[in-house]
Amino acid sequence: MKRRTALKVAASAALTSVLTIGSAYGAEPIRFGAVAPKTGALAAGAAITHWPNIQLWVHQVNERGGLRMKDGSRRKVEIIEYDDRTNPGETIKAVERLATQDKVDFIVAPYSTGLNVAAAPVFAKLGYPQVAATAITDKIPELTQRYPSIFFALGSTTALASSVADVLAKMKAEGKIGNRIAMVNVADAFGIELAEASRPIFVKAGFEIVFNRSYPLGTQDLSPIVKGAKASNPDAFVAWSYPPDTFALTEQSKIEGLNVKAYYTAVATAFPAYGGKFGKSVEGHLGAGGVNTDTAEMKAYFAAHQKVTGKPADYWASAVTYASLQVLEQSIEAVGTDRKAVIEHISKSTFQTVMGPWKFVNQSIDKVWTVGQWQGGVFHGVASTGLPGAKPVIVKTGW
Amino acid sequence: MTARETRTLILVVVAFALLACLPLLRHGYLLSLGVDIAMYTVLATSWALFSGPTHYISLATAAFYGIGAYVVAAGIGTLPYPALVALAGLAGAVAAALVGLATLRLSGVYFVIFTLGLAELVRQIVTWVQNNFTGSRGMYVLTSITERMIYWELLALAAAVFFIGWRVARSRLGFALRIIGNDETVAAHLGINSAACKLALFVISGAFAGMVGAIMAPRLSYIEPSIAFTSELSFQVVIMALLGGVHRLWGPLVGVIPFTILWEVIAARFPTQTVLLLGIAFLLIVYLIPNGVVGRIESALRAAQRRVSHA
Repeated sequence: MKRRTALKVAASAALTSVLTIGSAYGAEPIRFGAVAPKTGALAAGAAITHWPNIQLWVHQVNERGGLRMKDGSRRKVEIIEYDDRTNPGETIKAVERLATQDKVDFIVAPYSTGLNVAAAPVFAKLGYPQVAATAITDKIPELTQRYPSIFFALGSTTALASSVADVLAKMKAEGKIGNRIAMVNVADAFGIELAEASRPIFVKAGFEIVFNRSYPLGTQDLSPIVKGAKASNPDAFVAWSYPPDTFALTEQSKIEGLNVKAYYTAVATAFPAYGGKFGKSVEGHLGAGGVNTDTAEMKAYFAAHQKVTGKPADYWASAVTYASLQVLEQSIEAVGTDRKAVIEHISKSTFQTVMGPWKFVNQSIDKVWTVGQWQGGVFHGVASTGLPGAKPVIVKTGW
Repeated sequence: MTARETRTLILVVVAFALLACLPLLRHGYLLSLGVDIAMYTVLATSWALFSGPTHYISLATAAFYGIGAYVVAAGIGTLPYPALVALAGLAGAVAAALVGLATLRLSGVYFVIFTLGLAELVRQIVTWVQNNFTGSRGMYVLTSITERMIYWELLALAAAVFFIGWRVARSRLGFALRIIGNDETVAAHLGINSAACKLALFVISGAFAGMVGAIMAPRLSYIEPSIAFTSELSFQVVIMALLGGVHRLWGPLVGVIPFTILWEVIAARFPTQTVLLLGIAFLLIVYLIPNGVVGRIESALRAAQRRVSHA
């Protein structure tokens, strides 16, 4: 009995303190909801790209004293976080819960293509803006037409694939590489989609695909794949890979001494841990994503990310995720917390973000980084769909 | 029909009619909980139709559910949606028949392990086909089907499950299954074709899981192997059915409702410890209520009756 009483007292004390914190500020804080994986298949990726940026953004906004509203008042931001366990059904339910139970003012878009697409109908139904920073799809025109509240910021699958072909075609034209490509892909949704999209583009660009193999998701031993690729004597190696196999393929390639002049792995090449693990060996490695690491805004962003979250930002979707929050921030400062007005504002205005100026065209950022390359310890963008600041591509020298 | 059966039937009809009004509340959150409960009710009840009398623990729900979802994803542009749901049921039934023919002669743990592997096997086959023949594009299910329609579809499916369960329990097949569950050797000596009986029920549960997958596909919108064939689903169905109790038709329902709500409370209150707390909940259920809530209720009733008769 005694312990139960003690528990009750503790619980009510905790509740009271939460309530007092809530009302301690002069102006009511603006409440944000966030739902993304903390467990399940995509938890590791979300822990690198998604959650730290929410933490950083909330920290920075509140440190400044909050959002500067139209009427001159300052409103701090509060965040309510849910784990969707990488399960779209849970994402949908959590968005409903955030909107109708927690009554949050805004909801941060979920993590990954699948979870964003699954949540799009419910965001649209509830009228919450959804600035998706980690969704890549060729269905952007169809989805934006269907859902007026969704905004895309990471580009399309075809853009990602064709950009790689463009980079390699340019290297071929300059005589830096020959026309033999070894291409592998992880046999899972995104890997298959990219392999499908890129095959005809490579052929059209005059390449010969001399080795073409896929491997199941979660394959532990990739040495047969790398050995096969090496035996085909390629000039370029392209892997449409996921994080675990990006690391495993690179490790194997190093062991086997797969010496190509152009080496591309897809997702996770932009992770700081990739450069950290392989050190100088990654010099010249191409991968999906990239950012312009030279701008003052980006330098400040990377420094703040490290300082506030204790870990480095990745060189692709991290900054895009942060920029998507800046879009919400600037829209709310401009038009207030009326969500309909915010959606309207997002679709029409230009935003100053860490990614540079952003303007949504048909609810989508059409200028995005597509290929990056490790050069001198950072992963810098080398190809984009129209962004300034790309560095020239260098030839990979060896391991 | 006896007077008691008529009374039950009227009660059930009224209950379904009331439940069908849930979307009229226009409460999105309640509705999304309702969809979850309806979905697990169909899955757990159809699971228990097979597993209850036979004591075969099947972990194949996710396989049939995923097949159903993929039938819709593959055919959404070419066939009308109701036809796809029917087709998904058929696909689930065919898959269950194939698997059942191959495995229902196995007993106990061998069957469990095989069904656990089945979801992964089907997932790999789907991936293999996509990788080598079709490409993975177009695995979007973008329709104008709203959550309330999904809810009503699931409710109708739940009614169908209960009806079939009720019919089976009163048929020769149901009687045969109860004998098989008690002692398969005795059943064989009585001339019961035990493999055929088990297969029939397994096919029914596979068909329902396939249809649920088809109905849920528009809600998922984006169909990925890892989402459609998640083994978590199979385990949840088993746990919920066991929590309720599998020897009564309405047993799983008694498990689904509290478990879904408990799950929801845990997810809302402890967003970062969800999985840990769920694991603890699993353990408590298995240790404290091994015969399910229904078993508890029934033993409490029996105890009360004993007290009355002693007094």
